[in-house]
Amino acid sequence: MNENILVLEGVNKHFPVNSFRMHGKVVHAMDDVSFSLRRGEVLAIVGESGSGKTTTANVMARIYKQTSGRVTFEGREISKNMSREDELRYHKKVQMIFQDPFGALNPTRTVGRIMERPFVIHKIAGRRKAVEESIDKILIQVGLEPPEQFTRKFPHELSGGQRQRVNIARAFAVEPELILADEPTSMLDVSNRMSIMNMMLYLKESHSVSFIYITHDLSGARYMSDRIIVMYAGMIMEIGPAEKIINNSFHPYTRLLKSAAPSPEMGLKRKRLITGGDIPSLIDPPGGCRFHPRCPFVSDICSLEVPAMKKIDEGHYVRCIL
Amino acid sequence: MIELDRLEMTPLLQCKNLVAGYRIKSGFVHAVDDVSFDLDRGGFLGIAGESGCGKSTLAYAIMRLLKDNATIESGSLLFKGADLAKLDEEQMKKIRWVDISMAFQSAMNALNPVLSVGEQLTDAIHAHEEATQSDARKRALEVLKLVDIPKDRFNSYPHQLSGGMKQRVMIAMALILNPELIIMDEPTTALDVVVQRTIIEKIQELRKTLGFSVIFITHDLSLLVEISDTLAIMYAGKIVEYGASESLFNRPLHPYTKGLMNSFPSLTGMIKRMGGIEGKPPDLLKPPEGCRFHPRCPQAIPICRESCPSLEEIADRHSVACFLHKGAEIL
Repeated sequence: MNENILVLEGVNKHFPVNSFRMHGKVVHAMDDVSFSLRRGEVLAIVGESGSGKTTTANVMARIYKQTSGRVTFEGREISKNMSREDELRYHKKVQMIFQDPFGALNPTRTVGRIMERPFVIHKIAGRRKAVEESIDKILIQVGLEPPEQFTRKFPHELSGGQRQRVNIARAFAVEPELILADEPTSMLDVSNRMSIMNMMLYLKESHSVSFIYITHDLSGARYMSDRIIVMYAGMIMEIGPAEKIINNSFHPYTRLLKSAAPSPEMGLKRKRLITGGDIPSLIDPPGGCRFHPRCPFVSDICSLEVPAMKKIDEGHYVRCIL
Repeated sequence: MIELDRLEMTPLLQCKNLVAGYRIKSGFVHAVDDVSFDLDRGGFLGIAGESGCGKSTLAYAIMRLLKDNATIESGSLLFKGADLAKLDEEQMKKIRWVDISMAFQSAMNALNPVLSVGEQLTDAIHAHEEATQSDARKRALEVLKLVDIPKDRFNSYPHQLSGGMKQRVMIAMALILNPELIIMDEPTTALDVVVQRTIIEKIQELRKTLGFSVIFITHDLSLLVEISDTLAIMYAGKIVEYGASESLFNRPLHPYTKGLMNSFPSLTGMIKRMGGIEGKPPDLLKPPEGCRFHPRCPQAIPICRESCPSLEEIADRHSVACFLHKGAEIL
């Protein structure tokens, strides 16, 4: 249980800006991101849009290659350049569930064809019959019953929730070790959300995979995960066990997220937001702590240097000078 | 004197037995079916439901902006003594945006990409009244200030603004002619939690100072309970529960409302496994017999399959359309 399956150390991802005026500048999408994921754990990454959480997932999925820093998977460093075979082997172990259930499925193929692809690509279960059996099995697990009815359908004949179930089934089909789920429920209807979340938790247990769950919804993260990472403007602000992040949140940004989340219990007693403002430009990120222009507790040193991660409790780290 | 009294007593908008829908090749889609509600002056009505439950159709029906193949079949929409459902286009033009305006769901698409923010705002003024260029400009700047958009954004184009700013410009557009009612169709759905919160706070603040009424449509019930004073829960074209938000939140009666309440995890308290609602909304071309929710309802009883319950007031400002709460003679 305590074995780390994936470790990121000081990973940066910068995108060059393709514009004449800003030639040579880069977008700091990910800066100094370090964390580890234990086997069998659910780790949530929470942040606003533009906080770098999707970039982090894409780097882990090797859709993007990191600019610098080390990524270690199952004890082996994942180099920037991999041979075709290594790359395939990695992708078999690390599967991704995308945010948009409409864009992630090829509209010209039936669900059956879509589900066959991972088996063909990764050369699993050679016999046609065996492939069909595994597909039926996983489709039943995600609640698409009876499977033979769904394998004949095209994506446009399915509802959003059903499409996301196909995506999830496809990710789990190759028996991966790690699932990266990038806001899998944000485009679904409320009534579907809980059943998809419960199903992912069930599959995670029954397939014994590790799980990275990316979301902007703190309460959803609490429901799903063991540990939570809070990201802001490309940097990790706070990391710790889910309950500690929610109940003893330390970083002002985490508290801002918490106060912004809708919660009917609070009703009219709600206090006003501690701060407003927008996420800063990542081309010229603010010097020092990236949150300081919006931080209500800002002091002079905040703009001078980036605070280091500080341990405040067992497994609970925060990037703040306070 | 009597006139004045009556004006203050009657609700701003009274929707009575409204039926609206879409005529397509294979039949008539009952998107809004027998919907009634009252909106008081200065009130905040929240309408919640899944996609496809007819909540947007209801909004467009009030604005009389339905698509060509959609019609209001019957029912009335009494707004300040006039029935919106029966007005012709010329009369409606005098009310639309002047008295009732709307903030649309996707600010990204609802703003004209080739006009600057200022041009769009002044356009709205010129379309509805005689005003000089400088007068219009002055008023546009005033509303921009209300929604916290800096002056130098007057000449910006929509693509130069962030999502939250665009949404605030949408609200400024809705405010520009000082309407009495603003319909907001999922104005914060595409936004982040923090931006969403700032916009909600802005709306509440403006409502207090300017005194307009709001119909707020969303699928996010957790947000709605917090901000609205009256709530209507829609399912498959019908209002299934209606009442004061507090009462609805503390004592949800309809199984569908309970299911919705159970669909969002909470930040406080114990983590419990939550259910959500199984199944999906019915096809509105041929809605199920009886109560439209019965195929998904965990508490369905035989009568639910046969006849459709009507909305009945069971407590002060709290009505529900469900046989489970109809009294002993049916149970």
